[in-house]
Amino acid sequence: MKDFDRRQLLQGASLLGGGLALSSMLPGWAQSATAGLAPAMPTLTGTNIDLTISHARVAVDGRASHTLTINGTSPGPLLRLKEGQSVRLSVKNDLSEETSIHWHGVLVPFQMDGVPGVTFPGIKPGETFVYEFPVIQSGTYWYHSHSGLQEAEGHFGPIVIDPKDADPVAHDREHVVVLSDFSFMHPHMVFKRLKQQPGLFNYQKETLPGLLAGKDQTLKERVEWAGMRMDPTDISDVTGAVLKFLINGHGPRDNWTGLFKPGERVRLRFINSAAQMVFDVRIPGLKLLIVAADGQNVRPVEVDEFQIGNAETYDVIVQPTEDRAFTLVAEAVDRSGMARGTLAPRAGMTAPVPPLRERPLATMKDMGMDMGAMTMGGGSPSSGGMAGTAGMAGMPGAVPGTAPPKPRGFDAMGGMKMSMRDPRNAPGVKMGPGVQTIAPMPINRTAEPGQGLQSVGHRVLVYRDLIALAPNPDTRTPSRSLDIRLTGNMERFMWGFDGEKFSETTKPYAFRNGERVRVTLINDTMMAHPIHLHGHFFDLVHGPAGFRPRKHTVIVLPGGTVAWDFTAVPGDWAFHCHMLYHMHAGMFQVFSVRLLEGRGAA
Amino acid sequence: MNRIAVAGGLICLAIAARAAAQSTDQTSMPGMSMPMPVAKAPATPAPETTPAKEPTPAPAGGNSMADMPGMKGMDMSGAGQGQAPTGGDMASAAGASEPEIPAGPPPPAPKDHAADRYYAPAAMAAARATLRQEHGGAALSQVMANLAEYQARPGGGGYRWDGEAWFGGDINKFVLTSEGEGSVRQGLNSAELQALYARAVTPYFDLHAGVRQDFAPLGRTYATVGFQGLAPYWLDIQGALFLSTRGELLGRLEGTYDLRLTQRLILQPRAELNLAAQDTPQTQTGSGLSTAELGLRLRYEVRREFAPYIGISYDQKVGRTADFARARGEDPAAASLVVGIRAWF
Repeated sequence: MKDFDRRQLLQGASLLGGGLALSSMLPGWAQSATAGLAPAMPTLTGTNIDLTISHARVAVDGRASHTLTINGTSPGPLLRLKEGQSVRLSVKNDLSEETSIHWHGVLVPFQMDGVPGVTFPGIKPGETFVYEFPVIQSGTYWYHSHSGLQEAEGHFGPIVIDPKDADPVAHDREHVVVLSDFSFMHPHMVFKRLKQQPGLFNYQKETLPGLLAGKDQTLKERVEWAGMRMDPTDISDVTGAVLKFLINGHGPRDNWTGLFKPGERVRLRFINSAAQMVFDVRIPGLKLLIVAADGQNVRPVEVDEFQIGNAETYDVIVQPTEDRAFTLVAEAVDRSGMARGTLAPRAGMTAPVPPLRERPLATMKDMGMDMGAMTMGGGSPSSGGMAGTAGMAGMPGAVPGTAPPKPRGFDAMGGMKMSMRDPRNAPGVKMGPGVQTIAPMPINRTAEPGQGLQSVGHRVLVYRDLIALAPNPDTRTPSRSLDIRLTGNMERFMWGFDGEKFSETTKPYAFRNGERVRVTLINDTMMAHPIHLHGHFFDLVHGPAGFRPRKHTVIVLPGGTVAWDFTAVPGDWAFHCHMLYHMHAGMFQVFSVRLLEGRGAA
Repeated sequence: MNRIAVAGGLICLAIAARAAAQSTDQTSMPGMSMPMPVAKAPATPAPETTPAKEPTPAPAGGNSMADMPGMKGMDMSGAGQGQAPTGGDMASAAGASEPEIPAGPPPPAPKDHAADRYYAPAAMAAARATLRQEHGGAALSQVMANLAEYQARPGGGGYRWDGEAWFGGDINKFVLTSEGEGSVRQGLNSAELQALYARAVTPYFDLHAGVRQDFAPLGRTYATVGFQGLAPYWLDIQGALFLSTRGELLGRLEGTYDLRLTQRLILQPRAELNLAAQDTPQTQTGSGLSTAELGLRLRYEVRREFAPYIGISYDQKVGRTADFARARGEDPAAASLVVGIRAWF
C-alpha cells in the first residue's frame, strides 16, 4: 500500500535522515541549504543566454530515474532578467526528438511564444532556435517545453524578472520555490493508463468497510452518486501512487532547505511546475503575505494557506522571527502525498512534518448543482454582469477556510430533480461521447477556497482576495462576451472545450486586434482545471474597477465559472488546461487574433 | 412453445440494449426531466454605472465602495454559496455594476495561420498536424485477460478464459475478443473469437459490429452486433446478437460489478446469459435461455494491471439445453471453485 507507506514515511523519523538528490543535477538556485538568490549563484542573466536541452539520470529521494535537463539540470537554470532589457535565448536541442521552450507568462511577440504548430515549427533534433524579444514586464514566471509531454519529464525552469524601477515588494532575501510532480512512470505510459482505466491511480476510493465505519458518503449519497456514475473521490487523475512531489528538484526526504536570518523579510517565489498536481501550500508557524500572483503585484493579503494551480505563481513574504526551522508543506490537493522542504536559520535543521490531511470529496456543487442557490431561485451561469455576485450573499465576515465541516449526507439530492446532461443548458456545446455532464447551474466560485480547503480551520487565499497593486492598463468595458465551456468525460478520459477535443476542432476562437472581450469559463466537468491563455494577461472580473487582478492562468472549480476581460493581441495564441494530461487529451485551443501587424500584415 | 421463450429472451436482450442506450442519452438522476432554463438572460437588473472610464483611484487601504448599490439585485443568484471575502476588503463589490455585455458575434475565423508569416509554411503545416495528433488525436491500445482461470469441480477440473484487445482512438476502435472453456479430461467445450469495429456513441456506451468465429464445439461463423458500456450504478454491461451463416440466431448478455472491500481487494459478481432462437442439436443448444453463468470472484490488485483472484462459478444449463445435457448423461448444473489471474497491459 504505497500511500500508507508514504504517510508513515512522512511522519516517521526516517524521513529526517533522508537520501540526497544528485546535487550536481540541480542548478545553483535549487541547491539545498543555500542562503538564497545572491548574485553569485549560477543563474543566467544578460542579453545572450544559451540553453541546451538534453537528458540525464537523476536520483529523487534516493531512487534513480530519468529526466530531461536544461544545461544539465532539472529544474533548469534560473533566468534572471531585467525589465526593459532585450534578451536573445539560443536553445539547442540535444535530444533525439523535437523540443521547444515556451516562456510562461512572459509577454512576447507570438512568433517567439514557443508552441510548436501554433507559433513556430518547433526545434528539431540537433537544431538551435534563437528566441529574441524585449522584456516589458517584471515578476515571477517560468519556462517549459510545449512539445508532447516533455514538461512532465522535467523540462522546465524558473524566470525572475526584476523591475526597472524600485521593487514595491521590500525583502531582505528571496528563494525560488519550484513545485513539481516527478513521475517514475514515463508520462506516455501514464497517459495510456489513464485512457485504459481512468481511475487507476486513485487509491483513495470509497469502500464498503468505509461505509460501515461511517466514513465518506452515506449510503443514500453513494446510491445517488453511483446512479449518476460519479465518483466523489476523483480529485486528481494522477496521484502519489506514481508521483513524487518535489521542491526545487528535492523529494520530501531530500528536504530542500532555504536559509534565513531571524527577523528577515523573506520573499518566496512559488511556481507550480507540476504536470498534473494542484498543491495546497502552507508553512505552519508563519503567516503568508501574498504580494504577487502570476508575476503581477497585488495588494498584500495575509493568509495561512493558498492553493496553487498548475502554472500559477505566487510571491509570498514570510518573516520568521524565531531562531528555528519551519516546514514548508505543499500538500497534493487529493492528499496522496506532499512536497516538503524547510526554512531554517542553519543547514541541517528540521521542523515537524504535519501528517497528510483527509482527502476532499467532490460535492453536488462540484456538479454545478448548488442546493443553496437552487432553493433561492437559481442564477445565471453566463457572462454579463454575473461575475460579481458570488460571495456577496454568503455569510458576511466568514473567513475562507474556516467553514464548519459539511455534515455527512449533505450531498444527496433530497428529492431535487435536475438533468445532468441537458444540451439546452449549453447550446454552444457539441454533444458527444466526450461530454459526460453539463453543469445545470454553474456559479461563480472565485470567492471560495479550492477543493479540500473549505474547512481547514485557518485563513485560505481565494481569488477574490486579489486586487492589483498597479492600475489596469485597459479599463474599457468589453464590447462583447464569449462563453467557453470546459467539457470532458472522466470515464473515457476525454477533455476539451465546448465539447470538442482540439483534434476535432475545425476553427479557432477568433478575435479582433485590440478588442476587449469578456470571456466566461464555465466548468461542466467534475474536476478543477487551471486554464492558461498565452501572450496575455486577463483581468479577473472582480475587485475595484481599474485594479482587477491580472493573471495568465486561473483555476476554474468544478461546476464553477470564472469571468475575465482581456485585450486581444495580434497573433495565434495557445489556450489550454495546464494539467498536461488534460491538454494532451484534447483540452487545447487557439485564440486567433486578427488583423496582424508587422511583417506581411494583412 | 419454445418460440415464445425465444422471443422473450430476445426481447429481453433488446430491452436491455435500449435501456443501456437510453441511460446514456439522458444522463440523469432517476426520473429527472426538468431542464434548467437557459440562463443567458437578464439576471442583472443592475444599474448602468460604467466603471470603465472612471479613473477609480482606489486608495491603498480601503476599497471603493462605489459599486455596492448594484449588489442588491444580485443576491439571489449567488445565494447560499461561498464565503464573503474578508479582511475588510470589499473586493467583490465591483462587477455588480457591470453593464450587460452582448454575446458576440465574433469575427469570422481566420483562414490563415499567423506563424506562416515567419516560418516556412510547409514546416508549420507539419507541426500543426503533430499538434492535433498530440492534443486529442492519440491512438492507444489495451490487451486484457478478464478471466483466465482453472475451475475445480466434482468430476474433474476445467478452464475458462475471457479476454479482449482493442486498438484505436476515443471514438473508433478495432476490438478482438475471445472466450471459451473446456475440461481437463474432454478438452475444449467452446471457443470463439470475435473481430469487431466499435464506436463510441454516448458518454458511456459503445456499439459494435463484426464477425464471430467459433472453433468449438463446431466451426460456425456469425455476424454480430452489440453494445458495451457502463450503466448507472457502475454496472459494466455488454450484450450482442449473433446470426450464423446457417441462419441460427443467438444472443448474449453479460454484466459485472466491482465492490471495493479495500483499495486493492475487490469482490466482483458476474453474470452471463446465453440465448438461442432455435434448437441446434449439433451444438447441443436448445432454444430460449440456454445457459446462465453466475460468478463471484475476489481479486487482489497487486497493481491495477495485475490481479490474482479466487472465486466460485455456477453454471446452469437451462430448458432444452439442459435436456440435451441430461441426454448425454451430464448434470446440467455445475459449481466450481475458480482460481485465476486478471491482467492487462
